[in-house]
Amino acid sequence: MFILNAPVKELIELDHKIFLQKIYCPDIASTIKPGQFLNIKVSNSYYPLLRRPFSVCDVENDYIYLMFNILGEGTKLLAAKKINETVDILGPLGNGFNYEDDFGVAVIVGGGLGAAPFPFLIRCLKNKSDVLTFIGGRSTHDVITYGMKNTLTSTDDGTTGFKGTVIDLLGKNISLLKDKKIKIFGCGPNAMLKALKNFSLKNEFDCEVSTECAMACGFGICQGCPIETTNNRDSYLLVCKDGPVFNIKDVVL
Amino acid sequence: MSNVDLSVSIGSLRLRNPIMLASGTVGYGNEIAEFTDLNSVGAIVTKSLSLKPRKGNPPQRIVETPAGMLNSIGLANVGVEVFIKEKIQFLKKYDVPLICNIAASMLDEYVECTKILTVEDAIKAFEINVSCPNVQDGGLQFGNDIHAVGKVTEKVRAATNKPVIIKLSPNVSYIADFARIVKQEGGDAVSSINTLVGTSFNIFTKKPKIFSVTGGLSGPAIKPVALAKVLEIKRCVDIPIIGIGGIMNWQDVIEFMIVGASAVQLGTVNFINPSASKEILIGLEEYCIKQNIEKLSELTGSFIL
Repeated sequence: MFILNAPVKELIELDHKIFLQKIYCPDIASTIKPGQFLNIKVSNSYYPLLRRPFSVCDVENDYIYLMFNILGEGTKLLAAKKINETVDILGPLGNGFNYEDDFGVAVIVGGGLGAAPFPFLIRCLKNKSDVLTFIGGRSTHDVITYGMKNTLTSTDDGTTGFKGTVIDLLGKNISLLKDKKIKIFGCGPNAMLKALKNFSLKNEFDCEVSTECAMACGFGICQGCPIETTNNRDSYLLVCKDGPVFNIKDVVL
Repeated sequence: MSNVDLSVSIGSLRLRNPIMLASGTVGYGNEIAEFTDLNSVGAIVTKSLSLKPRKGNPPQRIVETPAGMLNSIGLANVGVEVFIKEKIQFLKKYDVPLICNIAASMLDEYVECTKILTVEDAIKAFEINVSCPNVQDGGLQFGNDIHAVGKVTEKVRAATNKPVIIKLSPNVSYIADFARIVKQEGGDAVSSINTLVGTSFNIFTKKPKIFSVTGGLSGPAIKPVALAKVLEIKRCVDIPIIGIGGIMNWQDVIEFMIVGASAVQLGTVNFINPSASKEILIGLEEYCIKQNIEKLSELTGSFIL
């Protein structure tokens, strides 16, 4: 785990206010696993006070890439960083995806910005398995296919791809998944994760998801990010330390 | 090495320096140990312990506010039994005074927790949380009721011969009255302050941003309030004060000591900069050298009005 200042090298606007930020950070780039995250302080002042958690979208040599859209003060300040201005990074944090298991096809399911950790995962799966990607969003501009592979898309309003949810899209294409040893990797809004849980339990697919929760520290001391588990209702696990990636059957969504 | 003496005393409790890590911001020590040499700080205060394990509140537990944050963890903790069996072992590896923070819903529970924990040599003092704003059945009623605070102090005092520190609520009109009763009933020190009750609403959904509607406000936003409370106690009651509230750097520590704190606790800053204590200790030493201060403890209550 590191706390370090790393220089921003490039800001790329992908589409409709979705940004990709390239940061020079060899220490993180050489140690982070897909699905792990960073807790980033975007300013030197008390406003905003807390760090912000970001998954790492991709890693290329000594560089890491963050993907975000401008939602509030924190992401606004992050996007405004000049080239070579530094960001204060704490990480790598949490547990990433278990992508070294035995499976033949990795099925990626992303909703909106939930697609963020997958380009890195797909890069790591390069020589390991086939990849099928299902990406959904409310409308065209929410569908992020950057860094994806063999991609099918859906939108709630039908402006791009299949009209319906990404889980509906998955169900419609179930023939692509049958008779193969598959593992699903999911990330997205809670409603999507709930539907994905029903889908994967019903079809007995192995499935890991990356979860989200408001947090302060990112490494277990603030206890701010509880998540309930199916096997112990008497205590919570923490999204930051025990997750953010969980087997979908273990968590109450 | 300079000749600056950073050590301080809180009653019979002697600390190598005034920097304590606050309850609920360092867990049981193991996570923060990655960033901070626990042997370098003055003391560690454990997460609030109750007799039985507490699950704590559902999410959302945390929301950021201007220069601060609201939390509503709900005293999630492993309970005294698991603490002794599992958690204390890690902390025993360090040469740092351990202060156990106790939170309870009833008077008897405070006493019972103290009795169970006091036999542990590693535990050097108790900090009694009478002021957590986040549990339905818990601290705030105690913290707001001067007679209840007196009673808790008296009963816990009788249950241990180790120093007893009462962590006071700022959500009262005259905090010095509470410090006075703590002293009368045999308490050794007060911690001032716990979090302020606050809330935050989403303007589109019209719903509260945290599960329990209100939470405890901490961070730089509350520092002026905390300083005023420490000053009020210092001017009215002769009792050691541990200053808490929005300390982010060494300058804040000096300010708390000037208004009357014998020691301080770092809380919210640990979430943002888990190695803050190291930077603060360096800053304190440099300040003393520049100001020709031989003993940092001389600063306590040195304000000029």
